[in-house]
Amino acid sequence: MSNEVKKKSPPDPNSAKFKLGKIATDAYVDAQAAKDRGEMIGWCSSNFPVEIPETLGLAVCYPENQAAGIAARGGGERLCNISEDDGYSNDICAYARINLAYAKIKDTPEQNMPQPDFLLCCNNICNCMIKWYENLAKNLNIPMIIIDIPFNPDYEVSDAQVAYVKAQFLEAIKQLEELTGKKWTEEKFQEVMEYSGRTSRAWLAATSEAKHTPSPFNGFDLLNHMAVMVTARGKKEAAEAMEVLHKEYLENVETGNSTFRAEEKHRIMFEGIACWPYLRATSTGLKSRGINMVTTIYADAFGFIYDDFDGMVKAYCNVPNAMNLEHARDKRVKLIKDNHVEGLLVHTNRSCKLWSGFMAEMSRQISEECEIPHVAFDGDQADPRNFSEAQYETRVQGLTEIMESKKGGC
Amino acid sequence: MLEDGERIIGTELLVAGIGTVGAEKIMETVLKKADLSCDDIDFVMATGYGRRNFDPAHGELSELSCHAKGVLFTNPQVRTIIDIGGQDAKVLRINDEGILENFMMNDKCAAGTGRFLDVMAHILQMPVNELEKRAELSGNPAKISSTCTVFAESEVISQLATGETVENVIAGICNSVASRVAGLAKRIGIKEEVFMSGGVAQNGGVRQALEKELKVPIKWSETSQMMGALGAAISAYEQVKKRGVLNE
Ligand code: SF4
Repeated sequence: MSNEVKKKSPPDPNSAKFKLGKIATDAYVDAQAAKDRGEMIGWCSSNFPVEIPETLGLAVCYPENQAAGIAARGGGERLCNISEDDGYSNDICAYARINLAYAKIKDTPEQNMPQPDFLLCCNNICNCMIKWYENLAKNLNIPMIIIDIPFNPDYEVSDAQVAYVKAQFLEAIKQLEELTGKKWTEEKFQEVMEYSGRTSRAWLAATSEAKHTPSPFNGFDLLNHMAVMVTARGKKEAAEAMEVLHKEYLENVETGNSTFRAEEKHRIMFEGIACWPYLRATSTGLKSRGINMVTTIYADAFGFIYDDFDGMVKAYCNVPNAMNLEHARDKRVKLIKDNHVEGLLVHTNRSCKLWSGFMAEMSRQISEECEIPHVAFDGDQADPRNFSEAQYETRVQGLTEIMESKKGGC
Repeated sequence: MLEDGERIIGTELLVAGIGTVGAEKIMETVLKKADLSCDDIDFVMATGYGRRNFDPAHGELSELSCHAKGVLFTNPQVRTIIDIGGQDAKVLRINDEGILENFMMNDKCAAGTGRFLDVMAHILQMPVNELEKRAELSGNPAKISSTCTVFAESEVISQLATGETVENVIAGICNSVASRVAGLAKRIGIKEEVFMSGGVAQNGGVRQALEKELKVPIKWSETSQMMGALGAAISAYEQVKKRGVLNE
């Protein structure tokens, strides 16, 4: 059994957790400060190339992160209702409903962010994003810059796709320069690229420490830390904080410690966005049975390693929701094998049609190839009305019992 | 209630609502009938949705494992178990060693569960066990397409209002449950023999519709509904055996 790492209070300012938390919080503060200085700020979709605003020195906020924060603090249903009252269907992604409501009411006790002057949208994550941002642009009467990265039905990204997307990256840079007066410099881009590479390498190294048994960390940590990977990869502080994270995990491996505060009896992979309104219920359901969620596709997805502009373009064409089923499956199979995963728990996320849609077939294939059980539960990343704790519990217990019986117990 | 892991010495069924009062009552009755007391019981294993709140239990096990154990105890050659219970529907896949290796449960809502049938029986004003007999008399099953229980209820009402026979509507209801569950079974993969456990196994209408959908014979027994409880009792015995102390 691994020893527990007790919570320190007050938090150690040199710890990765503190540093990463600060970067995530500072993103809102910095954007507000830029706005107060009279600079134009943007709202940006999560897989839009963060290197573009970063190199231009533009502050942006991420509605998906804000929506997750609002949902985790209990405001999801209230904001979803506001959008639904305005006529948005409750079938629309809850992040979109929460953000469209926030754009209207502009103030929530859970998490505020400054109002945007422009929008940066990329559909490599889903097409719901386009309509969501178009509505924002119309309601707020501000410009929207869109990069179209279509779903790639082939295993590899073709040169033609890179050329198609690269032209749009260049156009987006030009549009932003004209709009904000900021200038793109090659020197700054090189710096951002270098930090982004350092952050990504540290992230990949840290998450790969789950190969040890017991894992030096609780996989739920990744769900929190990934906010920094999404939004701040290209910043110096992010690179430094991720390197500290990796160092801490390495120390845990050496000393037999872990941020998973229980005996690690089983190791699973979690698939899907966290169920933010029920984070405690979902994590306790696992922890109480000694299940550590050692990995998720995020562990692989945010390792953006490239060495030039074209490489960056290609990386954005290769994000999880834009790649074909076989490629997406193989990435997961690798994570499962590398990290000695014994079961797959799939969040059938009612908000996220694309991701949840292909998981039914993908989990069947993964399960077959890796000879592990897979179990799906219904939920939603931000709308609390789509989850039942009793149903979740039964499924997780069933999964546990199968994993136990495979080890000769039960 | 199981003696020495092999003799069933008491069964009792109570369709009860919330809480653990029903389970407590069952335990009292089953002990009384067998002329035993709590002290004679080595291990109580709870299963089902209230399993964590039943105080007299020494352990708890999910209904998934319990149904698998119960069915394999009585029918060891079974490789696929379809269990349609009150709150959920599940398909269990058993490997060649007779161990539960994967399962699939209903998603999104109550469609395809026993509760769906309860609601339908209620609006048709007949006991749920009447559905089977009436479904057999259907010449041309009606199409009940809505997965939402409440919408299906209104569909039933309007079908009847437009002159559809009760028998055809009931057969349509059975088909609708069967097609939802068949979807789960196909996703996880059917391996013969197939056995149906849970209360709905008694409904021949659903059973036959499932056989038609899955194109395999489906076994069942009069005690299908008891398979979860039997599995729990078996695992209680396994626990006691592990511990090594048995009541005389
Ligand atoms: S639908 Fe899925 S991918 Fe799209 S914004 Fe919502 S959560 Fe993200």
